[in-house]
Amino acid sequence: MPFGLLKYGLLPSRRVPRRIPPTPELKPSYDVVIIGGGGHGLAAAYYLATVHGITNVAVLEKGYLAGGNTARNTAIIRSNYLTPEGVRFYDESVRLYQGLSNELGFNILYSERGHLTLAHTDAAVRTMRWRAEVNKHCGVNSELIFPDDIRKLAPSLNLSQDVRYPILAALHHPPGSIARHDAVAWGYAIGAARRGVEIHQQTEVTGLKREGNRIVAVETNRGTVACGKVLQAVAGSSTRLADMAGLRLPIKTVPLQACVSQPLKPFLDPIIVSGSLHVYISQSSRGELVMGGSTDPYPLYSTRSTLEFKETLMAHMLEMFPFLSEVRLLRQWAGMADMTPDFSPVMGETPLDNYYLDAGWGTWGFKATPVCGKRMAETVATGKAPDILHAFRLSRFEEFAQAGERGAASVGH
Amino acid sequence: MKTMTCPLNGVRNISEFVCGGEVRAMPDPATGSDAEWADYVFMENNKAGVVREWWCHTPTSFWFIAERDTVTDEILRTYPAGEVFTARRDFASKEGGS
Repeated sequence: MPFGLLKYGLLPSRRVPRRIPPTPELKPSYDVVIIGGGGHGLAAAYYLATVHGITNVAVLEKGYLAGGNTARNTAIIRSNYLTPEGVRFYDESVRLYQGLSNELGFNILYSERGHLTLAHTDAAVRTMRWRAEVNKHCGVNSELIFPDDIRKLAPSLNLSQDVRYPILAALHHPPGSIARHDAVAWGYAIGAARRGVEIHQQTEVTGLKREGNRIVAVETNRGTVACGKVLQAVAGSSTRLADMAGLRLPIKTVPLQACVSQPLKPFLDPIIVSGSLHVYISQSSRGELVMGGSTDPYPLYSTRSTLEFKETLMAHMLEMFPFLSEVRLLRQWAGMADMTPDFSPVMGETPLDNYYLDAGWGTWGFKATPVCGKRMAETVATGKAPDILHAFRLSRFEEFAQAGERGAASVGH
Repeated sequence: MKTMTCPLNGVRNISEFVCGGEVRAMPDPATGSDAEWADYVFMENNKAGVVREWWCHTPTSFWFIAERDTVTDEILRTYPAGEVFTARRDFASKEGGS
């Protein structure tokens, strides 16, 4: 029997076909050049091809496919934001995610868990109630719940009132989910490549050639290509690329660290977030606890990890789950996050005629991958950002019209 | 554990400090345009390389200037703000203003 299994495994027909084609030669020109082969860029390529019939598209990626922040996030999907503009935008993303495995014909392991944002102070309870009301007004399922109901959803959570930050209430968001982040990018890449989009890995943009108010060519380490339109989707390197285009951005690059524990039997169904304790935790389908905290305390272009991060994260984690003190960490990593002053993204048109921006994704980019890809594709195809992106335009800063999501976008501020 | 040298207090744990952002020239309050203020308040140079920043040692509230490399995560030099700001700056005053 073991030999039979081995023989079966080695059969030529058992080999999995390569679904993302190898990097082709660069053509002299493309209708659209997408800089950045992460989830956002690949999703935009997919929707350009499927919705708008634009397939003469090159996706340029300086490393390997989806190896930047798409590989480094904690894969949480939710729409329980604070501003109506934000709720509407992220809600469209959640809806797209719910049907994405079917749409792509590729399993993204979408797992609906419910999402609990804990409140440890009266002020936090007030904010959670505010978010619940805004959410409900926008048709998003969120509710303020109290320890009796929290206990039913997360029996292992320490709900003792005899701790430094007792849990008073929580914002319960049943649609909150996790998904396999790599699969999202791969699914979009396969779908885009099947329709003729070229994906160029190991292709680093070294310069942008500007004539008048247009970018006419993109210079790379593999040669120069002429371009009709350009979409920038390079989280973590947004400022460096925007500098080449002569644009100024309201972005600081700050590392965001995360880690996973050794696998445990399933015990934690919902995703748990605490802004006051600066932690979030979920249990992956493999049983690993995926944990993250606030961004690093100062800007840095680096993906190094620090002891300070783990010490503060674990100190707070153990207040919520004291029994985790015996559990070992398995991996840790960091990504470079584009932090904006109002904790909202920067998307849409730029002062240049044919250059479009998808940046400022801070610590909240993965959950927006489908909606961002779809709406940025629309922006590139029509030359005009749709209404749903209006609140996130680059010019909102000079108009003093920010979209403040500080209370809902991430933890630790 | 990473450390930083405070010009007032000597070598301290990095967790005792907060970063106050890049040292930049403020627009003149009386004459600066909205666009200048928006740029000053919101836009960032966000340079990859050596930057000059305001830092504060929070236990003593002492503000000083640090030069550090945002790629290698090295702190190159820290010094009192008086090294850079050597003269009093008087902003233009609005007519009739106080």
